[in-house]
Amino acid sequence: MADLTGADLTAAKAQDDVAAPPSATRRGGAAGLVRWDTVVGALLAILLLCSFGFVGDFGHTLNLSFLIGNTLPMALIALPMTMLVAAGEIDLSVGSVAGLSGAVMGSLWNAGMAIETIIPLCLLLGLVCGLVNGLLVTRLGLPSLAVTIGTMAAYRGIAQIVLGSNSVTDFLQPYLDFGSGRIPGTFLPYAAIPWAVLAVIAVLVLHATGVGRSLFAVGASAEAAWFAGIRVKRLRLSMFAATGVVSALTGVFWVLHYASARYDNATGLELSVIAAVLLGGVDFDGGKGTLGGAIAGVFLLGTLQNTMSLVDVSAQSQTVVTGVLLVVSVLGPRAGRQLARTVARRRSAGSGNAPVTSG
Amino acid sequence: MTHSEPDGVPVLALEGVSRSFGAVRALQDVSVRLFPGEAHALAGENGAGKSTLIKTLAGVHRPDKGRVLLDGRPVVFHGPADARDAGVAVIYQEPTLFPDLSVAENLFMGRQPRRSLGRVDHAAVRSATARLFQQLGVDLDPDRPARGLSIADQQLVEIAKALSFDARVLIMDEPTAALTGSEVARLFRVVRTLLERGAAVLFISHRLEEVFALCQRVTTLRDGRLVSSEPVAGLTEDGLVRRMVGRDLDELYPKQPAELGEVALSVRRLTREGVFTDVSFDVRAGEIVGLAGLVGAGRSEVARAVFGVDRWDAGEVLVDGVALTRGAPSKAIAAGMALVPEDRRAQGLVMEMSIARNIGLTGLRATTTAGLMNRGAERDRALDWAVRLQVKFARLADTVGTLSGGNQQKVVLAKWLATGPRVLIVDEPTRGIDVGTKAEVHRLLSHLAGQGVAVLMISSDLPEILGMADRVLVMHEGRITAEIPRAEATEETVMTAATGRERSAA
Repeated sequence: MADLTGADLTAAKAQDDVAAPPSATRRGGAAGLVRWDTVVGALLAILLLCSFGFVGDFGHTLNLSFLIGNTLPMALIALPMTMLVAAGEIDLSVGSVAGLSGAVMGSLWNAGMAIETIIPLCLLLGLVCGLVNGLLVTRLGLPSLAVTIGTMAAYRGIAQIVLGSNSVTDFLQPYLDFGSGRIPGTFLPYAAIPWAVLAVIAVLVLHATGVGRSLFAVGASAEAAWFAGIRVKRLRLSMFAATGVVSALTGVFWVLHYASARYDNATGLELSVIAAVLLGGVDFDGGKGTLGGAIAGVFLLGTLQNTMSLVDVSAQSQTVVTGVLLVVSVLGPRAGRQLARTVARRRSAGSGNAPVTSG
Repeated sequence: MTHSEPDGVPVLALEGVSRSFGAVRALQDVSVRLFPGEAHALAGENGAGKSTLIKTLAGVHRPDKGRVLLDGRPVVFHGPADARDAGVAVIYQEPTLFPDLSVAENLFMGRQPRRSLGRVDHAAVRSATARLFQQLGVDLDPDRPARGLSIADQQLVEIAKALSFDARVLIMDEPTAALTGSEVARLFRVVRTLLERGAAVLFISHRLEEVFALCQRVTTLRDGRLVSSEPVAGLTEDGLVRRMVGRDLDELYPKQPAELGEVALSVRRLTREGVFTDVSFDVRAGEIVGLAGLVGAGRSEVARAVFGVDRWDAGEVLVDGVALTRGAPSKAIAAGMALVPEDRRAQGLVMEMSIARNIGLTGLRATTTAGLMNRGAERDRALDWAVRLQVKFARLADTVGTLSGGNQQKVVLAKWLATGPRVLIVDEPTRGIDVGTKAEVHRLLSHLAGQGVAVLMISSDLPEILGMADRVLVMHEGRITAEIPRAEATEETVMTAATGRERSAA
C-alpha cells in the first residue's frame, strides 16, 4: 500500500490538466475576506487610542491596572470558553463555579486550613464541577445550554449553603498583595503573569495542536469528526473539565483580588465572558473562531466598561451597551458574509449583458 | 446539432446562456430546448454545469448572458417562485417534505382550500390529493404522514405537487440515485404518463441505461460547454460516455484478477439488535468483496459497526487476527482500518473545513512533532494525496464545499488512503459521481487490492458489484443470505438473494 504511486493511477490520463491549476486570477481581497477577529482587534486599538487621547484619567497607571485586574476574570475564563464554543458547546455555570470555589476557599480558611492546601482543593472542586457538566452532556446526550443553566443555579446554591451570607476577608496579606498588587514599575497586576502563561498554552492548544484541530472539526460537524476517528465525547468532556478548573482558579483570584470571599462572587460573569467570546468572532454554532479574536473581545469589553465608568456613564446604560454589542457581534460576521455575497453577485451580474425582461 | 427536433415552439429553452461564479465559468454559451411530450436527458460529468443549468431553468440563478425563453418569448425569473408560476417544477434527489404532516397536507402546503372563517377544507384537500394520485396511477394514502415514506414515494408526492401546480416542465435532478429497480420502474411509468399529457421533462441521471430507457433526446455538457444535443436513438452508451468525458473511457470496471493473501478482516457472528443479525464473513488481503442488497438491508449498518461508529451487541471483529474494541473508530483506524462512508457530506467531510484540513484529520498524530502540528507536513501529506487522486481544486485552503461531488469523494478517499489502511471499507463509493471519476475510483480500488489491501465494497449499483468484486455477499433484512463467487455472480443470482428469494416486482 505504501508504494502506491501517482504514476500507476495517472498513467491513463497523465496529460490531463489535473491538480491545482491556479489559472483563475484570484478575486481580490474584497469585503468578504476581512476577518471579524481582525475587525475586533482594530476596534480595540481605536478605542484604546481614543481613551488615551480624550479621557483624562484613562492613562493613569492605577486606572490601567484596575482595568486589567477587573478584566482578568473574564480573560481567564474566556480561554477555555473559546475552545468549548469552538467545539459547539457552551458552559453557563462558570460564574457559579467561580463563586463556589471562592465560598469553599473562605469556609476552609475559616476552618483553619492552610491556603496552600485550600487552593489545590478548590481547583479539584472546579474539576469535579466541570466533569459533572461534561458527563451530563456527553453521557446523557443533553444539550449543554440546558445542563449548565441547571448547574449554574445548583453550584450557586451550594456556594450559599457552604458560606451562608458571611464574607471572609482576613486572608494572609502576601496572597492579597498578589491578588491586587502590580509588578513594580508597571501597570500590570501580578496575576497577569499566570494569565499570560495560560493564554499562550491555550493559543497553542487551539491553533497549533491536533486537539485544537479536532475541536474545530467537532464544532463544525460532530458526526464527520467521529467518522474520522476523533473521540468526540472524550474531547468535549475534557473541555468541560478544563473550563471547570479555570473557573475555580478564577474564583480564587477573585477572592484575593477583591479581598472578599462571598457566595455571590462573580455573579453574571458567564454572560460577560460569552458576550466577549462571541464579540471576538467565535461562532456560536461552533467550528469557527480564534483565541486572538476572543481575547481582543474580552479587552474591548473591559476597556469599554472602564472608559464608560470614567466618563460617568451609569451602570444601567453600560449594561445596555454590552447587550447591544453582543447582538452586533452575532450579527456582524453574518451581515459581513451576506454583504460580500451580494457584492460578488452584483459584480458578476454587471459583467454580462443585462438579460431581457419580459413584458 | 439541432437536426430532427420536433416542430413547434419549445415550451422552455435556454439560448446562448453563460453564467460565472467568481472566476469559475459554470456555463458558457449553452442552449437547450425542451419540447412538450419529450423526455430530454441532460448528461455530463460532475462539474460539467448540469446543476447550474437546472438552477437557471428553475429561476435560482439568472444568466449573465443569454436568455431564458418560455413559449418562445424571453422571460426573466426573479426567483424559484416565478419559475413555478410559469409551470416549471423541479424534483430533487432528496425531497424535503414536512414529516409530521400528512401527504395531502404536504401537497397543498400554504395554499389549502378554505371554508368559511379561514378554516382549512380538509375534505377538499384529501379528495384533490386522491385525484392527483389517481391521474398518476399511484397508490398512496393521502392521510398517512410523510414521515416514513420511502424516498421513491416522497418523489411521487413531489411530482403530484408539481402536477397540482399545472407544471408543464418537470425537471428531475438524479431522481433515481437512491431508488431500487422496481421503484425506478414505477417512477418511469409516472413520468411516461406525464409525457403523454404533454409535459416536457428534463431528466438527469448518472445511470446511462436509464437515459436510454426513458429519454428521446440528450444534451451533453462538458466543462460548462455544450457538446451535443441529439436524439437518443442511434446513440450507444459508449458514444454518450465519449461525449461526456471527451475521450474514450478505459474499461469502466478495470478489475484485475487478485492474488489472495491472509485473512485481513474477519467478522464473527456480529449482531446489533433490530438492525442486523449473526453476520459473519472474511475479507482476505488483496480481495475485493462486494456487499450487495436492497436499500435498508443493513449493509451500511454492518460497515458502521465493523468500523466502530456504532456499537454492536454481540460477536467480534478481528483485523489481522486481533480483536477490536467495539464502538471505537480510533481503535479501528489504529488497527489499519478505514471507512469511506455512505454520506460524504455529513459523515465523510467537515464541509466548512478546507481540503487540506479534511485530509489532515486522519493524520493529526502523524503530522505532530513535539506536541505541535507541523503545518508544512500536513500540507504536503494532503497535497501528495490530492495530486495522486487527481482532485481538481484551486487551492488546498479552499473549503471542500466548493468542490464538485466527484472531487469531494476523492478527498474522502485521499483522507483515508493517506492512513495507509490494510482494510478499506467503501460504502457506495461512486454514488452520484460521474462516469469518468467512477472509472478512476474503480481503477484505484483494483490497484489497492493489487497492493494487498483488503477491500469491502458496499454498492447498490449492481454492475459495479458484478464488475469489481471477487466475491459477492448479499444481505436481506439484516442477514447475509448468500455468498456468491465472482464466476457465478449475475444480476439474477444477486437479486434473487437480495429480495429473499422472491421474484422482484420489476
